[in-house]
Amino acid sequence: MSNILVVLEQRDGKIKRVGHEALAAARGLADAGGGEVHGLVIGGGSVEADGLGAFGADRVTVSTDDSSELYQSEPYAATVADAAQMGDYAALLISATALGRDLAPRVAAKLDCPLAADVTELSYDSGIVVKRPAYSGKATYTLRVTSPLVVISVRPNAYAPLQSDQAGTIGEGSVTAGREGRAVTKEIKQPERAALDVTEASIVVAGGRGLKDAEHFALVEGLAEALGAAVGASRAVVDAGWRPHSEQVGQTGKTVSPGLYIAVGISGAVQHLAGMRTAKVIVAINKDADAPIFKVADYGIVGDLFEIIPRLTDEIRALKEN
Amino acid sequence: MKLAVCIKRTPDTETRIKIAGDGKRIDEAGVKFVLNTYDEYAVEEALQLKERAGSGEVVVVTVGTEASQETIRTALAMGADRGVLLKVDGASIDPLPVAKALADELRGGEYDVVLFGKLAIDDYSHATGPMVAELLGVPCVSAVAKLEIADGKGTAEREIEGGVEVVEFSLPAVITADKGLNEPRYPALRGIMMAKKKPLEVKDVALADGGLEIVELALPPERQEGRIVGEGADAVPALIDALRNEAKVL
Ligand SMILES: Cc1cc2nc3c(=O)[nH]c(=O)nc-3n(C[C@H](O)[C@H](O)[C@H](O)COP(=O)(O)OP(=O)(O)OC[C@H]3O[C@@H](n4cnc5c(N)ncnc54)[C@H](O)[C@@H]3O)c2cc1C
Ligand SMILES: Nc1ncnc2c1ncn2[C@@H]1O[C@H](COP(=O)(O)O)[C@@H](O)[C@H]1O
Repeated sequence: MSNILVVLEQRDGKIKRVGHEALAAARGLADAGGGEVHGLVIGGGSVEADGLGAFGADRVTVSTDDSSELYQSEPYAATVADAAQMGDYAALLISATALGRDLAPRVAAKLDCPLAADVTELSYDSGIVVKRPAYSGKATYTLRVTSPLVVISVRPNAYAPLQSDQAGTIGEGSVTAGREGRAVTKEIKQPERAALDVTEASIVVAGGRGLKDAEHFALVEGLAEALGAAVGASRAVVDAGWRPHSEQVGQTGKTVSPGLYIAVGISGAVQHLAGMRTAKVIVAINKDADAPIFKVADYGIVGDLFEIIPRLTDEIRALKEN
Repeated sequence: MKLAVCIKRTPDTETRIKIAGDGKRIDEAGVKFVLNTYDEYAVEEALQLKERAGSGEVVVVTVGTEASQETIRTALAMGADRGVLLKVDGASIDPLPVAKALADELRGGEYDVVLFGKLAIDDYSHATGPMVAELLGVPCVSAVAKLEIADGKGTAEREIEGGVEVVEFSLPAVITADKGLNEPRYPALRGIMMAKKKPLEVKDVALADGGLEIVELALPPERQEGRIVGEGADAVPALIDALRNEAKVL
């Protein structure tokens, strides 16, 4: 098989973890089919690309340009499409983040090739085969790629980053100018308190209407802090104005696949499950033993969250201190 | 202001999914279909843009089967002016052929803004809007939660991991709508009556070949039956033990 090109997402010049995950996905595919993994980073002034070999890249090209520090759809898409045509590539991998979900379809349309979005599993069986969730996570497609090149967006947390002692080489590239002045990202507004994003965190503690009041979310935040986790929320509490929409998990919010998802005072409506059923381990804390969340939970505690969460937080803290 | 909204007929989210006999699609028997959740925001935004401009037209376009006429009527009942059904035999799991059919219809239509949903809740591709933008050669901002348009220019805000991106763009443009952009209106009885008389054009189109073949559509593996480790705060040590020693996630 031919090579795999991976677009590595950076923020403030640092490669994001999702980039390392995409390299892991690509490495597996390349090793199975007999090809190389090439990385492409697009960014502004400086980018830290050292050490990407250890994550699975044989070669990395860093393409920088002063105006490309933030994601700019046109030049980014043009640069990726150009790079894709320069090597002998069978697949182009992009992380299924806010950036990747905008970039991947643009690149596929430019290259006139198919797009498999939000892929959770890639394999090689005399051709590329992928699995991707559909119908709010209630069903999974297995798709075979029938064209010479495919764009694949890889869902965050679907693959764990590799650690090897491979070196890999780094080269410099350039950013292709897009059409002038069409859509320009001016800035990224940061929230007042920089928080870990639910889609990227490996542990998520999510709260629902069982918290009864916005103030009581301090309990969820405390547990999240003790675990180094992101805070998530059900739609009920987002609609009530207790939490920002950026934290909403579910069909009209974010889809998350963390290693551990702790649902606190969340009933487990289908639309909520749509966003978190692919978590590796699910814990439910709910006073109603018949709550549907227990049907998908690996571990559950039936009881009053106002008693359970403080104790759980204390014990996790104690554990971390040792 | 001339506006187009691309809409899709999708199963209601409450629907239980059953797999059809061929193992490649869902069994549609007994499934309730609705206007894709995110497309409601797109239709609402188009209606508001037209209202603010004081004049204009909102055209809804869908690629689908005869059954999608009902979805178009829903958008017409909300207030869109006319509908176009691009009638096809089957669906495509590769989003590009659908994007091509939509771009062919929209090209030359002189639309100021073409709106889409951020994603279709059946196939979850998040792709059609940006693809159509690329095919039409116009700018696109996807997953927009806040939009302002004036004097042939616009500013959009979209949520990204850990922040909000502020994007300025020129018209014509493609926008895909996220939740939070607006509160979609419910069709009033009057709107439903009027929708029946609004123009709905049906055109036969053939989709280009896609590059993905469906091997299988399957229900996800059932999550292994979990267990209740205990009741109340006294169960905390048992939970921590399970997370550390069984699941090995702590
Ligand atoms: C089109 C559509 C899209 C939707 N999208 C989403 C989405 O993206 N995300 C989403 O989450 N929802 C979504 N919903 C809403 C969803 O159907 C539910 O209404 C919502 O998830 C309920 O939130 P909840 O679990 O916090 O509240 P509830 O259902 O009210 O559950 C509260 C739970 O807390 C428990 N509880 C109460 N007190 C305590 C206590 N002291 N200790 C322990 N447990 C306690 C209760 O037993 C109960 O199970 C959507 C709905 C529709 C129609
Ligand atoms: N068959 C279709 N007909 C018209 N619009 C569509 C169709 N499929 C998708 N769309 C539009 O594209 C958006 C994103 O869909 P998708 O890329 O399939 O996730 C939807 O919210 C619709 O606005």
